[in-house]
Amino acid sequence: MDLKDKLNELKEKGLENISKADNLDTINQIRVSLLGKKGPITEVLRGMKDLEPQERPKVGQFANEIRDELTKVLAEKKEEIELIKMAKKLEKETIDVTLPGKKVQQGQSHIITQVIDEIEKLFIGMGYQVVDGPEVEEDHYNFEMLNLPKDHPARDMQDTFYITDNLLMRTQTSPVQARTMEIHDFTQGPLKMISPGKVYRRDTDDATHSHQFHQIEGLVIDKNITMADLKGTLQLIAQTIFGEDREIRMRPSYFPFTEPSAEIDVSCFKCNGQGCSVCKNTGWIEVLGAGMVHPNVLKMAGVDTEVYGGFAFGLGPDRFAMLKYGVDDIRQFYLNDVRFLNQFSVKG
Amino acid sequence: MKVSTKWLNEYVQVDDLNAKDLAEKIERTSVEVDSTYRLEEGLKKIVVGHTVKVVDHPDSDHLHICQVDVGAEDLIQIVCGAPNIAANMNVIVALSGARIAGNYKIKRSKMRGEVSEGMICSLQEIGFEEKVVPKAYADGIYVLPQDAVPGEDVYKYLGMDEDIIEVDVTPNRGDMLSMRGVARDVAAMYNREVKFPETKVEESNSLKIEDYVQANVDEEIAPIYQLRVIDKVKVKPSPMWLQKRLWNAGIRPTNNVVDITNYILLDFGQPLHSFDYKKLNSKNIVVRLANAGEKITTLDGVQRELQSEDIVITDGNAPVALAGIMGGQSTEVDGQTQTVLLESAVFEPIHIRKTSRRENLHSDASMRFERGINRQTITEALNKAAAMIAELGEGNVVSGIATGSKYDVQNTKIQTSVNHINKVLGTDLSDVEIIEIFHRLGFDVQNNNGELMVEVPPFRWDISIEADLVEEVARIYGFDNIPTSLPYGATTPGHYTKAQKIERQTREILEASGLSQAVSYGLTTEQKAKRFLLADAVPTKLDFPMSSDRTTARMNIISGLLDDIAYNKARKVNDVALYEVGKVFLGDGKEIRPHEVTHVAGAMMGLTNESAWNTAKQPVDFYTIKGIVENLLNKLGVTTDVLYVASQTHDDMHPGRTADIYVGDQDQYIGFVGEVHPMLSKELGIDRTYVFELDLQKITDLPKEQAVYTPVSKFPEIKRDIALLVDKKVENAEIVKTISVNGGANLKDVKLFDLYQGDKIDLGFKSLAYTLTYSNSQRTLTDEEVNQSFDKIVSKLNEQFDAKVR
Repeated sequence: MDLKDKLNELKEKGLENISKADNLDTINQIRVSLLGKKGPITEVLRGMKDLEPQERPKVGQFANEIRDELTKVLAEKKEEIELIKMAKKLEKETIDVTLPGKKVQQGQSHIITQVIDEIEKLFIGMGYQVVDGPEVEEDHYNFEMLNLPKDHPARDMQDTFYITDNLLMRTQTSPVQARTMEIHDFTQGPLKMISPGKVYRRDTDDATHSHQFHQIEGLVIDKNITMADLKGTLQLIAQTIFGEDREIRMRPSYFPFTEPSAEIDVSCFKCNGQGCSVCKNTGWIEVLGAGMVHPNVLKMAGVDTEVYGGFAFGLGPDRFAMLKYGVDDIRQFYLNDVRFLNQFSVKG
Repeated sequence: MKVSTKWLNEYVQVDDLNAKDLAEKIERTSVEVDSTYRLEEGLKKIVVGHTVKVVDHPDSDHLHICQVDVGAEDLIQIVCGAPNIAANMNVIVALSGARIAGNYKIKRSKMRGEVSEGMICSLQEIGFEEKVVPKAYADGIYVLPQDAVPGEDVYKYLGMDEDIIEVDVTPNRGDMLSMRGVARDVAAMYNREVKFPETKVEESNSLKIEDYVQANVDEEIAPIYQLRVIDKVKVKPSPMWLQKRLWNAGIRPTNNVVDITNYILLDFGQPLHSFDYKKLNSKNIVVRLANAGEKITTLDGVQRELQSEDIVITDGNAPVALAGIMGGQSTEVDGQTQTVLLESAVFEPIHIRKTSRRENLHSDASMRFERGINRQTITEALNKAAAMIAELGEGNVVSGIATGSKYDVQNTKIQTSVNHINKVLGTDLSDVEIIEIFHRLGFDVQNNNGELMVEVPPFRWDISIEADLVEEVARIYGFDNIPTSLPYGATTPGHYTKAQKIERQTREILEASGLSQAVSYGLTTEQKAKRFLLADAVPTKLDFPMSSDRTTARMNIISGLLDDIAYNKARKVNDVALYEVGKVFLGDGKEIRPHEVTHVAGAMMGLTNESAWNTAKQPVDFYTIKGIVENLLNKLGVTTDVLYVASQTHDDMHPGRTADIYVGDQDQYIGFVGEVHPMLSKELGIDRTYVFELDLQKITDLPKEQAVYTPVSKFPEIKRDIALLVDKKVENAEIVKTISVNGGANLKDVKLFDLYQGDKIDLGFKSLAYTLTYSNSQRTLTDEEVNQSFDKIVSKLNEQFDAKVR
């Protein structure tokens, strides 16, 4: 038997063994026994010295080809076995992915805070400051500086919790505008502010009344502020809170601290102005009050009315939240029933 | 104010306008509209009936059987229980199939065996408010005029076919509390002409006012005061047209004299008062401030003790009317009155307001005097009323007016300019357009190159400054027509202050820790306000609270959160985790005004994690909430020198499970964390609840170090564990402090990883195990130097706490 036949026999036998192998150990054994330094192929190659010199390269080449082929088949078989092994492992590890995930405990902001945050972001983006003020306020700032002297009929519009004759729970966030105007240095630029916070009224709590609620006051004082600017600003608020497509309607109204004064309605976001229960069939929902700052208010705060003027607006986050989310009882906001609070956990 | 468009049409043409459109225009241009309606709306088959025959029902002590002519061929039979039913009357009949007030349907029926083919109605039954129904018909059916035609709808006979627009007048627009004022504004809106009939009064030649009355008036409190007398008057019901006007405006018809004063009130907005002249004790009418303690019984039958701020009308001696608010009972016009003394005046609003507020007596008159009246038509209103009383009461107007006070009422001149108006509104109106608007409003204008001198007549007394004129232009031009823009000018940075940032970060951190934000009431009871204080403080109390639950401004936030938890617990919600950031109000005992300080508090009850298929339930404990506080302080940059010290000083907290928290090198007290005292939990009906309250202001004020990058050490850390056996009373914090102080510069971290108290060690002892981490950023540490540090720690622990290494 010549070397070539011997090699062929080794190859056939090797391939047969490889195809029968079913685990990595066997594959390894086959590799070592066939291709190792003491293996039969190496031995055959050692026997080449007995051949004619011209035969040697041919046989050598043939032996190398066989070795390469066996190596390749071995590698393929090894991969095949590994894949099968992996498939079995994966099969074994399979779980029910429909079981619930581990609960992440996360709290959320109060719904009124969410409304306030949204409005704060809008105004900070337009260069407004957010200003906080005291909740126990002087009659002077809560009323008088806002053009509401004692015995003014409009004081009837706001029933007040007094602490003393001159000290009260603020009935509105407007005193913060009086306080801020008084100290603002106009040489440093215009005054642009909003002031969110709690306010109090002497009222009996029921579904639509609360002795405590929130307001956001807004104020801009500069040299060239117009009612058109006010209208544009209010439209932005309405669209930010109630949706891009909302329109606003301004109606004449009365607030002692603004002149002209307006009440602002937003086109009903539920029926798009067609008339429904939310807008009481009018197509419009009253959402805020505003106006051009009354010259008396500016003068009392020491602002030169010949040079400066501006607008102010006030809105109720409670009312916004009630409208936006269909909450029908204002008391829900302050009872903090977890089943209520948790309904508003979706961000954005 | 309820405005009948039919009446309005007498002054300005509106009958070509749809009432709803007119209402919308009023709302967009002038004042809010509450509703627009016709009283006949929703009613059906309600007709005039004539009672031909009325007999008592044989089986009833109060029912009557009536044969009624309703314009049909045959009479119909109706059983009626009204006490005032009689034959030969025109009545309101709801036929079978009719719909009356409250959407109630009338059907043919049998009443105690007798067929009834409908119902004879009272005014209330067809939708009239109780308060406007004439007293004579308050408890029975209404009787229609004799000329009403049987079978016709009743609506026109009762004025129910008129469109009514109910406007809600803001305090500045007192002029809109009169038909004439509304007519003027509507005329301006539509650019139409407004016309009022001339007032004529015929005076008797033989009767002179001087013989009846004279007036002495304090001009400070009644700048215009006039009296007329109408003699030989017959007091009787008013004609239907007048009654309809009153009830459509929401006022009950009484008799011709009273009705006429109310009619003038609606027409001119001028409150009048009528006295029965013969009931006065003198001819001298004196208007003055009341003497404190004087008494008067007003028309509503209430005796009132007066104060020196009240204006009274006296007959020279005793008060006979509370000026501008309500007349006195002693001089009331009644069926027997023959001589009427009529008053038309203006009283100072502040006095009226004070009196009506104090007495809680708000009348149609006081409402108008408080908001002001047209001072130009005081005499005209008086004359018109006198003429009407003479006409409808068949009396004579005594010649002359008794004048107590008067002055020349002038137009108000206000300077403005086209530029200014456009500058404020953001519009580009021409002088012609602006002047036209003023003309529509009835204001004269002198134009000098855009500088405008505007003359405002007394019927718009609310207009006194330039801004008022700007408003008039804005609303008549139309708010809708004003363009929209955003402010431009110097830019300003918009950002939160440090305190605002910290407050918002606090919210985010606590929400990430699983607590939801609560917003509780700022007003509470004094008892709840005084609990859980961080320092002594005096409560701030309301002068005149609305309810006993809300009397005092809160001085802590925990109390409110416990209210919330109790609310949840009462509704079977047992797992609650809440926080709140807000103001507390701390009185210092010197000033009444409290210091307002921002606190943050949290409260947790029940489980933080419910048991699930793969996790065990996790109840809240002290260390849960302490972990939340630690994390909060850590994230807010309060990282060094935070001390938790066991505290038994809080009455409402568990004495063995509460820690006071101190921070900074000055050991500043910032709050506490712990378990609510079980006695209080029981009282509130809640389970074990863990709380914390921190002074956020103090945290904001703490110096915050800017984080500086330290290179991550390239050299390996060395960890050593140490287990100690110590007396049970030794606190972890003391041990950690000793380890840290004695560990040297290379000791970077000390972490407790095990705590054991139980049968494997002696009673009264506990075992604590710590991992000590050493590292050095410059070099690899040697075992030797770590051992040295470790040995020093062991010996110090032994020395200080008698600690044994296990």
